[in-house]
Amino acid sequence: MSDIHVVPVKIYVAVFLTLMVLTAITVAVAFVDLGALNNVVMLGIAVAKATLVVLFFMHVKYGTRLVPLVAAGGFFWLLILFGFTLSDYLSRGWLGAGTPWMR
Amino acid sequence: MSSEAMAAERPNYLNATTGLKSWLLTLDHKRIGILYLLGVSAFFVLGGIFAMLIRLELVTPAGDLVQPDAYNRLFTSHGVLMVFFFLIPAIPGVLGNFLIPIMIGTKDLAFPRLNLLSWYLFMAGGTMALGGIIAGGVDTGWTFYTPYSSTYTMTAVIPVGLGVFVNGFSGILTGLNFMVTIHRMRAPGMTWFRLPLFVWSHYATSLIQVLGTPVLAITLVLLVFERAFHIGVFDPTRGGDPVFFQHLFWFYSHPAVYIMILPSMAVISELIAAFARKRIFGYHAVAFASIGIAVLGFLVWGHHMFVSGQSVYAGTAFSLLTMLVAIPSAIKVFNWSFTLYQGSVSFQTPMLYALGFIGLFMIGGLTGVFLGTLGFDVHVHDTYFVVAHFHYVMVGGTIMGYLGGLHYWWPKITGKLYPEFWGKISALLVFVGFNLTFFPQFLLGYMGMPRRYHAYPEEWQVLNVLSSAGASILGLGFVLPVLYFAWSLKKGPLAGRNPWGARGLEWETDSPPPTLNFDEPPVMNHEVYPYADGEPGSTSGMKPASAH
Ligand SMILES: [Cu+2]
Repeated sequence: MSDIHVVPVKIYVAVFLTLMVLTAITVAVAFVDLGALNNVVMLGIAVAKATLVVLFFMHVKYGTRLVPLVAAGGFFWLLILFGFTLSDYLSRGWLGAGTPWMR
Repeated sequence: MSSEAMAAERPNYLNATTGLKSWLLTLDHKRIGILYLLGVSAFFVLGGIFAMLIRLELVTPAGDLVQPDAYNRLFTSHGVLMVFFFLIPAIPGVLGNFLIPIMIGTKDLAFPRLNLLSWYLFMAGGTMALGGIIAGGVDTGWTFYTPYSSTYTMTAVIPVGLGVFVNGFSGILTGLNFMVTIHRMRAPGMTWFRLPLFVWSHYATSLIQVLGTPVLAITLVLLVFERAFHIGVFDPTRGGDPVFFQHLFWFYSHPAVYIMILPSMAVISELIAAFARKRIFGYHAVAFASIGIAVLGFLVWGHHMFVSGQSVYAGTAFSLLTMLVAIPSAIKVFNWSFTLYQGSVSFQTPMLYALGFIGLFMIGGLTGVFLGTLGFDVHVHDTYFVVAHFHYVMVGGTIMGYLGGLHYWWPKITGKLYPEFWGKISALLVFVGFNLTFFPQFLLGYMGMPRRYHAYPEEWQVLNVLSSAGASILGLGFVLPVLYFAWSLKKGPLAGRNPWGARGLEWETDSPPPTLNFDEPPVMNHEVYPYADGEPGSTSGMKPASAH
């Protein structure tokens, strides 16, 4: 097959080192009390790392346009799962119309 | 002897290689289809035996055949085997595998080894689940609801749950394989809108398999971890929520209904076109309705949870969204009906199944709208009304399509004709037996008979006896095809390439097809379903090879 993209090893190493640095930051931040901001930072770093893995290690950056579309579709479906499930949990207490065991 | 009769002696996928090993290690999508046929048939027989025991118990109001504990195991085993190991894999595994590469004009699926792995995962998952059922049984119902499944039951939830988990990967890989194949391996000229609707509908099914099944898999892993290590996701005393299990479970399991029904709709589109001798009316609408069903199907799962403690606001939203699924489903039914209008309709066995499908799916689908209505659902929740509804969709829908498709493509798969008279008898038995089994259950449910009990008040006996009687007729309708299909393998007349006079690439190659499907790589140089206006139907039934 001619459409296989060969990625230079340099890039893999760079991505790997970035992931390691981000991991170190995650550990470091765990020792600093930022209040609610801790979660934001942790999740932000996690998303950044996942994005690197998906783009470079999983080659989504190098595929045809269909490949990022499929990947984005997967995340969109995850959003449906989270969003609709939260629509239940967040609205259970509204206007006192929650379920008996929530009151 | 005509040239077509000679064709049967030419090398084909059945006689190309011989021996058990050549089957168990085959990479041929057609042989893997046959392996699926054997596998799903075995699980169907087992699931059917459990169903028969259930109906036998319910002949009398008293619980006299089995104790409540055994009864719980019976309906759970029936549900688990039928849903996960028959209804979900049957049509994609057998007919999808066999036909998709041929219909799009290529020699195999994109990943033949992955395809074989799918079958082994299916068999391994089924064996694990069956092992659990034999070793101790499960009594949670096929839905494995927490906290009963995670905390209280003493039965074999873990092996059965893991079996379903393993089988999930079979479905994911099959879906992935179909999608890549349909994207990348179409014959020259086979554009997206020249694809048979069978392929479109399987594409939609594959979308659901790939997007939904991983959620079921992870849910079952969480359940197993909850049971084995008490991790607490579903346990309120540890900050978890048992209702969360239902969200995760139905996120997959509502769309799973479309994993069962879309492949059946795939078959029905082909049958209606072939036996009305017409292009499917509104081809584009039917194709996009498949995708619409697949997508909308993911937005409605909360309709299984109206009385679970789910927020009433979420319940209302899910109720409204559920109504939307009726639109693409109705588009299909109306377009099939319009296709029949002024067609040269002939009533061969596959067509009897197709027409039966339309009627039964209408009842199943419309009672689904009843149940999606919040207020009505609260009234009939967990009654036989629900049981009747989903059997109309799953048996009346999926099994009618599966049997119709099996009859239609049997000559292609085996190269032999089955006896049309007995085919028609079995189609009628299935239709009558099915309605007699499940229509009384709508009445029982509406009167308040709860599901999952082994005993009931005496005034419900007449309807229950009718239902059990219907089940025996239905059983007979399922046994007949086994007998005459087996007979046809030995003694059936040779089929020739196109016994129905139908259109489609699968009818332009030998029956049975050669290992690489076509002698020459085909080119699609015309529209799909190219039936001439006013083309006569096949009133004389299947034409054997020598009749040409
Ligand atoms: Cu549903």
